[in-house]
Amino acid sequence: MSGSKKPEADRRFAKFGTVSFTATTKVNDFIGYLEEGQVCGTKCVTCGSVFFPPRAQCYKCRDKARIEWFQVQGSGKLATYSELKYAPTGFGEDLPYAIAVLDMGGYKLFGRIGDVPLDQVRVGMELTPVAHELPGGQINYVFNRC
Amino acid sequence: MSKVAIIGVGQSSFVRGYAGSIRELAFEAYAEAMSDAGLTNDQIGATVVCSAPEYDKQRSPAGVIVEHLGLNPQPTFYTESLCCSSTTGLKLAYSLVQSGLHDSVMVIGFQKMSEITSAESQERMGRGADIQWESPFGTMMPAYYAMFAQGYLDQYGASEEDLALIRVKAATYGQLNERAVYRKPVDLAQCLAADPVASPLKLMDCCANADGSSCIIVASEEKAKQWGVAQPVWIRGLGSASAPVNLALRESFSSFAAATEAGRQAYAMAGIGPKDIDVAEVHDCFTIAEMLAYEDLGFAPRGGGPELIRAKETYKEGSIPVNVDGGLLSKGHPIGATGGSQLRTIVLQLRGQAGDIQVKDPEFGLVHNMGGVGIYGNVVILGR
Repeated sequence: MSGSKKPEADRRFAKFGTVSFTATTKVNDFIGYLEEGQVCGTKCVTCGSVFFPPRAQCYKCRDKARIEWFQVQGSGKLATYSELKYAPTGFGEDLPYAIAVLDMGGYKLFGRIGDVPLDQVRVGMELTPVAHELPGGQINYVFNRC
Repeated sequence: MSKVAIIGVGQSSFVRGYAGSIRELAFEAYAEAMSDAGLTNDQIGATVVCSAPEYDKQRSPAGVIVEHLGLNPQPTFYTESLCCSSTTGLKLAYSLVQSGLHDSVMVIGFQKMSEITSAESQERMGRGADIQWESPFGTMMPAYYAMFAQGYLDQYGASEEDLALIRVKAATYGQLNERAVYRKPVDLAQCLAADPVASPLKLMDCCANADGSSCIIVASEEKAKQWGVAQPVWIRGLGSASAPVNLALRESFSSFAAATEAGRQAYAMAGIGPKDIDVAEVHDCFTIAEMLAYEDLGFAPRGGGPELIRAKETYKEGSIPVNVDGGLLSKGHPIGATGGSQLRTIVLQLRGQAGDIQVKDPEFGLVHNMGGVGIYGNVVILGR
């Protein structure tokens, strides 16, 4: 009896951000793309819906859905942001930092401000989402100057 | 359709560290509401227990609470919708009575937040947002609301001072509320000089965590009459809505769609409009939240909120008194108990029993209670 070995779970999403609260999701390839330097969303080819954050399922098409990845390209406008002076448990080392929403036109991204000095951040400024490596093998994306 | 009445209200003091267990905390509001209604336990058909469970070691707290209150064998239901759990509980209670399944239902809201540290509590509250796609960036409630504050200030050219005026109003009335956590006077300079928490919000823009409980007893019109309830307060309008959790999926950062929609539903059901409201309790977990509520509920046009507070129209003597019990900013915000506390304030106002904060002869009162960062919105309209 060879004994079938339990397949190893794909836990790549545990790498997302300073502290990830999720390990396994059907969009784990998001992490693979980030590691290649690409920020990606998904779209359903059947209905044309664009998903960011990416989804592997489409509520409009259900079993007829055909999901494909696309790369987030170009710049967007900063919709809003906040600079944190306190951080939740696990994020203290990151202070000071700012969380933000970037409007890409057809969709938006929730993330962090990257290389903009925090006193120069303004609503409406043009920023570009880029993959960003963190200590300890973690990875996220940030919004940098164009 | 027959009517549903609120026939009893109760609330514990809201405190920073309650010296007792959750069942004992719930008892305080229960005892007051039962005395208020003049009922005995056999007249309660069912209970709805409301809280955010992540603060408790006790799993399924409804069980131990109804055991302690002597409300077995009546059925109990547990509801959770973050900070608006107990107005969600009210909607469930209304439905249970209106459907004829029960003649009377007790809604118990509670939260004992003091058993964990403030940073732990921020982390748990942050997980009331999207843990997969937002929390890994290091989010917390003040920062989420701060993003709406930034969006609002930018959209309408309002100032941090406009937000601070809301805290000054809250403190004016918090001093009069013996059950509030924060009872000191606060002036504008103090608000503006307070330590930043998450820009543009500062310490005085934020409410405090608290331990507390609330209890609301509802009954059918028939039972309210049969039991000789002297001043029933009628549930005239109920609205509830939801919005995407992830801020990437929101259309606006200067309003809450779930509040606007819940308000629309509640006004339609009551057959009245914003101008008919004589007194309101809105969910001011942060100063910006009250500003958004002014506009989402139609008390001011879009962008008109700052003018409303500058002109003191939301003070007790103004055209639409808001949070004259001190609001969450003064009372503190024991998540599951908050909506029930807001309902109690409006019930007392409509009965003419609000003491120092009584507004003149109100006919309709409104409660606006939000869960998370505008994820869940409940609006309740009560009338005499």
